[in-house]
Amino acid sequence: MTVRAQTYFIGFKENNFSSLETTYFNELTMKQLLLGAEAIALGALDAGISGVYAYPGTPSTEITEYIQKNRGEREQPVRSDWSANEKTAYEAALGMSYAGKRSLVCMKHVGLNVAADAFINSAITGVNGGLVVAVADDPSMHSSQNEQDSRVYGKFAMVPVLEPASQQELYDTARYAFDLSETLKLPVLLRVTTRLAHSRAGVEGTASRLQNPLNAPYAQDRFVLMPHNARRQYNNLVGMQGQLEEHAESSWLNRLIPGTGSTGVLAFGIAFNYVMEVRQTYGLDCPILKIGHYPLPRKKIEAFFNFCDTILVAEEGYPVYEELLRGYFGNNRIKGRLDGTLPRAGELNADSLTLALGLAKPEVIPVPAIMVNRPPELCKGCGHRDLYEALNTVMSSHEQHHVFSDIGCYTLGALAPYNAIHTCVDMGASITMAKGAADAGLRPAVAVIGDSTFTHSGMTGLLDAINDRSPLTVIIADNDTTAMTGGQDSSANGSRLLKICLGLGVDEAHLKTIIPLKSHLAENIAVLRKEIAWDGVSVVIAQRECLETTARKKRNPAVKA
Amino acid sequence: MHINIILAGVGGQGILTIAAVIDHAALQSGLTVRQAEVHGMSQRGGAVQSHLRISDKEIFSDLIAEGTANLILSVEPLEALRYLPFLVPDGRIVTATDSFINMEGYPSMKQILEELHHTNHPVLVNAAKLSREAGSIRTSNMVMLGAAAPFIGITSEVLEASITKLFQAKGADIIAMNIRAFRTGQAFSQLQATAK
Repeated sequence: MTVRAQTYFIGFKENNFSSLETTYFNELTMKQLLLGAEAIALGALDAGISGVYAYPGTPSTEITEYIQKNRGEREQPVRSDWSANEKTAYEAALGMSYAGKRSLVCMKHVGLNVAADAFINSAITGVNGGLVVAVADDPSMHSSQNEQDSRVYGKFAMVPVLEPASQQELYDTARYAFDLSETLKLPVLLRVTTRLAHSRAGVEGTASRLQNPLNAPYAQDRFVLMPHNARRQYNNLVGMQGQLEEHAESSWLNRLIPGTGSTGVLAFGIAFNYVMEVRQTYGLDCPILKIGHYPLPRKKIEAFFNFCDTILVAEEGYPVYEELLRGYFGNNRIKGRLDGTLPRAGELNADSLTLALGLAKPEVIPVPAIMVNRPPELCKGCGHRDLYEALNTVMSSHEQHHVFSDIGCYTLGALAPYNAIHTCVDMGASITMAKGAADAGLRPAVAVIGDSTFTHSGMTGLLDAINDRSPLTVIIADNDTTAMTGGQDSSANGSRLLKICLGLGVDEAHLKTIIPLKSHLAENIAVLRKEIAWDGVSVVIAQRECLETTARKKRNPAVKA
Repeated sequence: MHINIILAGVGGQGILTIAAVIDHAALQSGLTVRQAEVHGMSQRGGAVQSHLRISDKEIFSDLIAEGTANLILSVEPLEALRYLPFLVPDGRIVTATDSFINMEGYPSMKQILEELHHTNHPVLVNAAKLSREAGSIRTSNMVMLGAAAPFIGITSEVLEASITKLFQAKGADIIAMNIRAFRTGQAFSQLQATAK
């Protein structure tokens, strides 16, 4: 077994000594403490990937960051810089696979919406080198706008979905996923959820293997998805479903934990941990069928259903398979999220499983009545604060003061004390929603978007507005980084943003730069007032580096500027 | 041996540094560790917590169930109270008394202390003052770790070795200062215990 000294970085913004580095494994057991996200990364590196492609998004970001920090120790180079968005990432990963090499593509659940076109169609073309898409779902929406369940996408694309339950399983599954992908010549979806992605546990590695050689066969019949090819390829995919099920039947990720008692638990993904926790705490002996590999292993499920009188279906996410197993007309042997045995929304935990199994939780001390919420806020001294101060002053003089915004740190401008923005829907929607509102007659129409979100999917919306001559003002809050996820490199900022706007056709006379600082407040108000009043497309770029990025560069001058 | 710890604080206060030392020490002691933490939006000045579980047996859940935490270790007094439903009835709170106010309606310190005193012999630490005595306000996390050390189930020697290991890259002075902070917190905690 190869033993590597792994670098351990503490999260950003510590008031103690930041970015501690240490070899972080137990010398006796060779176990290293890894986040679930990092376990996927190490597993993929050891499985011999040639590259990772990703756009940052909580809780998936740490997969790619781990590879960026540790790829240097590999014998063969591993490509790992950030992509502009999830779609470009996915397509690049598919291209690497087309060329015969193994590639990993990572995103958060809503990122798969952006990459969905490429994802669904890559199931039709199939792959050459192993292609694994690691998607991190966020049930309970800790840092997201919804809690959509990526397993639905896997089912939709008709590809295998793997859902490990522990950090060690994540590591082992990464290798297994690449092998499965190369055996079936299909992309494989590896689903993880927040709690596992952001929880540390000891992980033991195995020997790493070499990357695939370059091997790009001409295969127009698979990769040119004109209707005559697409129909045949689609039929192939449909025809493979039985084979996919057979793999699931024999998969190590689907296993029975024997027990007695008439109630069995069908535990999907991380739900397995919570059921096992309850079993351990309360000394239960209920049988459990752990599911971590889809499509469902029909025979295993059937045998389990024959053994148990009542089945509790515990899924971390939507009741996807509960619905399927109940059937349209219901099945009263099945309990789960749909009948209220488990909560319909939100993540599971040992507490919800305790109640679902008819057990009483211990009495708890209530939260004192004096407790108040502590919502997140923009950092003290952050440039976004100065931008919103100026913008609020300008907007207060307009009867209609809607501001369409987007996803990033600047979304925190929706909260007190600024209450400055009125929408945040999906990446890039600020510009296009402002455009639609302007088309409807709303004046002024103002959008606030970050540098990274602009290059992710704001540019095309701006092109629409220019082509349509929709009167709106786009404010690009350029802090030189993807700040909310911890300060990853943006695809373009500074002068490149100006050039992009000019290239898209923004009138130079209405393309302005401001510096969001207290000392520039009067000047910034004047620029914003003038451009917001102008009846055409204007862009104001507020340029000031994120304080966290500045601090990080100071601590570590080697950080890429 | 099985210990559940809720680490609490405000995003940016650095509770993950404390978690890292305990994780490392537990791993070096051959124990099983699970430590769930919060990344993302809450790190921007919101309430953050980490669930840290140490055991000599297998641990299944990354999250601590309600009413089963042996210790709440908080670097902010109001945040210590936020997670009370997790505490076992006779569980211990070790918290810094330095309040961090970045929202409306923050209760008075008198009210907070009153609630804290309803719990089993809380260890209330003026971490800012003690850390300055140790050499730097930046060591307040290690003061808090020291104050909690008697309740973690890992010996001080192992914890100190982990501090040394984790701060290795920062040089001997920084290591010494953090060890000093750890011992200051530990001494304070022991003094509070004997005073009762």
